Amino acid sequence: MDVMSLAANWTFDGLLALALLWVGWRVLASTNLFKGIVFFIAFGLLVALSWVRLEAPDVALAEAAIGAGLTGALLLAALSRLRRRQDSAQASDQPLDAETSRTARLSLGTQALLIVFSAVLFVCLGTAFLSLPPLTPGLGPQVAEQLSASGVTNPVTAVLLNFRAYDTLLEMGVLFLALVAVWSLSPAPAQLVTAPGSILISFVRVLVPIVVLAATYLLWIGAYAPGGAFQAGAVLAAAVVLILLAGENTMPAGSTWPLRATLSLGLGVFVAVGMSLMGMGRSFLDFPTDQAGNLILLIEVAATVSIGVTLAALFLGGQPQRGSPK
Amino acid sequence: MTATMAYATAGIGLFVLGLYALSAYTHLLRKVIALNIMASGIFLVFGAIAHRAPGQGADPVPHALVITGVVVAVSATALALALMLRIQAETGQPRLPDETSD
Amino acid sequence: MVSQAVTIVLLLAGAGFFLAGTLGLLRFPDVYTRLHSLTKADNVGLGLMAAGLAVQAESWAAIGKIALIWLLVLLASATGAHLVARSALRKGIKPWTL
Repeated sequence: MDVMSLAANWTFDGLLALALLWVGWRVLASTNLFKGIVFFIAFGLLVALSWVRLEAPDVALAEAAIGAGLTGALLLAALSRLRRRQDSAQASDQPLDAETSRTARLSLGTQALLIVFSAVLFVCLGTAFLSLPPLTPGLGPQVAEQLSASGVTNPVTAVLLNFRAYDTLLEMGVLFLALVAVWSLSPAPAQLVTAPGSILISFVRVLVPIVVLAATYLLWIGAYAPGGAFQAGAVLAAAVVLILLAGENTMPAGSTWPLRATLSLGLGVFVAVGMSLMGMGRSFLDFPTDQAGNLILLIEVAATVSIGVTLAALFLGGQPQRGSPK
Repeated sequence: MTATMAYATAGIGLFVLGLYALSAYTHLLRKVIALNIMASGIFLVFGAIAHRAPGQGADPVPHALVITGVVVAVSATALALALMLRIQAETGQPRLPDETSD
Repeated sequence: MVSQAVTIVLLLAGAGFFLAGTLGLLRFPDVYTRLHSLTKADNVGLGLMAAGLAVQAESWAAIGKIALIWLLVLLASATGAHLVARSALRKGIKPWTL
């Protein structure tokens, strides 16, 4: 690499790192919570860009779709529910602008102590990073060595769904449990949106088929290139959230079991595949090399659908009631 | 190597900023946002370490773990937000009870 | 060599439009005019950048993907601008007049 492009790279990375810190600070320090969340979404996109620079396009996709997009949507939805309740409750004892008082009534001493502690922590962690043993090979070579036996050619997918499939299985469990907990805390809001408007509705009509296509593409390409079940699931969730926002939020008055089946499909298929492998005399989730690709695809298809619907249900923020919002 | 250092420093900085905000703010939505910033910082440090490895390309194992972490973080965020709304419904304030009183 | 020159010119032109749009975002007086500068200038800027990258693409499929991204951003930013403007109007924010 010649000097010019090296300098350009350094400048870009340095500026991006500074931008990360500055926007991160703006997220936390903005007096207006709405503004802070908007900064958070921008922050997520900068983080995604950093992942591209760190040669991790899979993570960049996940961060852009989940970290920036869905987390941002979750925060905005929670903020609007918070404010609506505050408005309707006419909180008498607390001022409405309570959210603008950012810090607790910390004494000046406590605040100074916190700042000193943070600075010391920063220095300690920085020193720890610098004193890491230089240039360890990591697990990259081992993954590369075993890649041909994994059934896929994208090393990240190989790690996620073959070498460390347990992690991914448990992660699906975490996602499922989070939804169970959210459902047990409250019912879904009776009305999600008021008068979405014809432009939004036609936008959603045009976009949703394309988004579903993009999710399928991400799922399929994940075996060879950056992509996979989580990115595809997040994109699918975006489609469902868009449909919800366009006002299509009444659930057929029938039973909720189709929804429940879809939510547990990913975890169920994952466990079923693992158990049937045990039935064949192998250990749990120990894929035979010649079938690994198909089994991974099967698990990923089920996982994508479940992840998409679960994330959208988390956005809804409560248990859907019969005949009312889905 | 320098790029790696830049992102590691940013990651550590974000973690510390988030930790400060988490302890200093009482509004629960601010705490949830602070936790998310901390998580992003930790992931970035992890990514920087994955990028230090010599040879072509970065280490895929940390990348897979970070993807797992991103999904777990969004699940935890959703649960935390639901808890926050429930606390507000019970106490009228999006704050922990012992921090509501002055 | 020619294709690289074309790409550089298109990318720089695109960056110029982004710069203009950002200037408008920072300097224009109200939400409606800011939306105007942001969406219009950025859509052209992104179009120029997409064209610049398409020149370097290795296959028609890649060009198709770049074009699709541009079209999707056009669609999303137009709808987004509409929604922001609509919600601002409903909140009773008056458009800026001289």
